[in-house]
Amino acid sequence: MDDKDLEILRILEENSRLTADEIATMTKISLKELENRIHALENARVIRKYTTVINWEKVGNGEVSAIIELKVSPERDFGYDRIAERLSRFNEVKSLRLLTGTYDLQLLVTGKNMQDVSRFVSEHIAPMDRIRETATHIIMKSYKENGNTLFEQQETERLPFSF
Amino acid sequence: MKDPISKRAYVIPPSGIRKFFDLAVTMEGVISLGVGEPDFTTPWKICESSIYSIEQGTTSYTSNKGLHSLREALSRYLLQHYNLRYNCDTEIIITTGVSEALDLSIRAIVDPGDEVLIAQPSYVSYGPCVTLAGGTPVSVECTEADNFKINVERLEQKLTKKTKAVIINYPNNPTGAVLRGKDLEQIADFVIDNDLFLISDEVYAELTYEGQHTAAAIVGNLWERTVTLNGFSKAFAMTGWRIGYLCAPQKICEAALKIHQYTMLCAPVMGQVAALEALRSAEDEKNAMVNEYRLRRNMFVAGLNRIGLQCHVPEGAFYAFPSVKSTGLSDTDFAERLLKEYQVAVVPGSVFGVGGENHLRCAYAVSRKDLSEALSRMGTFISQL
Repeated sequence: MDDKDLEILRILEENSRLTADEIATMTKISLKELENRIHALENARVIRKYTTVINWEKVGNGEVSAIIELKVSPERDFGYDRIAERLSRFNEVKSLRLLTGTYDLQLLVTGKNMQDVSRFVSEHIAPMDRIRETATHIIMKSYKENGNTLFEQQETERLPFSF
Repeated sequence: MKDPISKRAYVIPPSGIRKFFDLAVTMEGVISLGVGEPDFTTPWKICESSIYSIEQGTTSYTSNKGLHSLREALSRYLLQHYNLRYNCDTEIIITTGVSEALDLSIRAIVDPGDEVLIAQPSYVSYGPCVTLAGGTPVSVECTEADNFKINVERLEQKLTKKTKAVIINYPNNPTGAVLRGKDLEQIADFVIDNDLFLISDEVYAELTYEGQHTAAAIVGNLWERTVTLNGFSKAFAMTGWRIGYLCAPQKICEAALKIHQYTMLCAPVMGQVAALEALRSAEDEKNAMVNEYRLRRNMFVAGLNRIGLQCHVPEGAFYAFPSVKSTGLSDTDFAERLLKEYQVAVVPGSVFGVGGENHLRCAYAVSRKDLSEALSRMGTFISQL
């Protein structure tokens, strides 16, 4: 991993729809080298996926997200890894992290509606072995996701010409 | 009634792009590459810190020279970034934008009758500021063959007994040219041998894409004859805050300060607080913006050459300066038709003085999406000529 790789990753993270040709022109890396580098980053699973930031609230399909915090008893030899892996297999779990502080694991869960989320938590998560306590926080509104602000910003007025 | 207008006010030329400006504001869907400012908003840390200071009641005058804390931070910053040594108590003045710093330094140095050599194409204020100070601006052409770098032989051709100073601006608006150490050594010899002074506008210093910026004042013995001008507008996307600075040996600084205290008093305190925060904590944001300009430059310059507008690679600032010779149109006709027919605004190079004719100044401080669209419209325009 060198500076060129880092530059390519930053560009792709910002806009993964750019073509290899466009990126090659911008970075002055030859097209062949660029393609090889992207390929290597994909193979090494540094690049996991090419995706899109969507403001689902605007889509208005009533989908609900919640942050679920869990207190978990770690397992001898495995710590939190095995239970975390088990949890991460649920499609409803969009992200999962191990944290310091009052709770151990934090999940982001989405469902079709409020009942869907609460049923998922009470029927699938809470009863799992080693989970001692859960706290569910329904997300009321998202203002920023992965560095992208989701609220409309006022266009600032710019002069068409200035020296 | 007597004519209310002074002879000096008559002599300075009106803006070279007034008619373009008036036309552009009446049109819909214009993509403007005509701007001389970043498209980013000021990093939030900087804004937030200034807002907080207003809430705390920091709304008064500051010392004429500017906030001591800002001058102190600036003195350290200049040393770390450019190896420039300026004493924060005696050799730095915070000004209302670099525009004011330019005016102050010219008025501090130039007497009526003095001639000032101005490397052109150049930012449009240099000549008029010299005229307003009673001096005579003398254009020195920088050619495309020299990559728009100032050529000492041409300086020598324009030298007279009345010559007092030279004004240079690198990285350059409008050409994007930069000067390296060896280029500056030749200028140092010329300035010193002829007992002149150098006003070096380095407002685009941070926007140097290949290697490091070399400040004129660190070359040879230029320091004692140089006024270094710089500011926060371009590097930190802070054009509207109006904060620049002038650095010079104490004697010049004291003269400039007298003018500053009678005309401006001090730069706005809100902007000074913001500038201090910029120096303290916005280095990463600045670097990210500079990197983005570099990517856009590579993309845009390659695009210009592809559609048939020959363009040297600008090593600094955020302007491309392509030639329109191949199209058979003059720069003004090209710019006017491009705006009217394809709604892309660019500035004709002749506005920037000798050496600018047959070129366009295109600012790439515009989103990549708009740059692509502008290139595509320009390509269509050229193909239909």
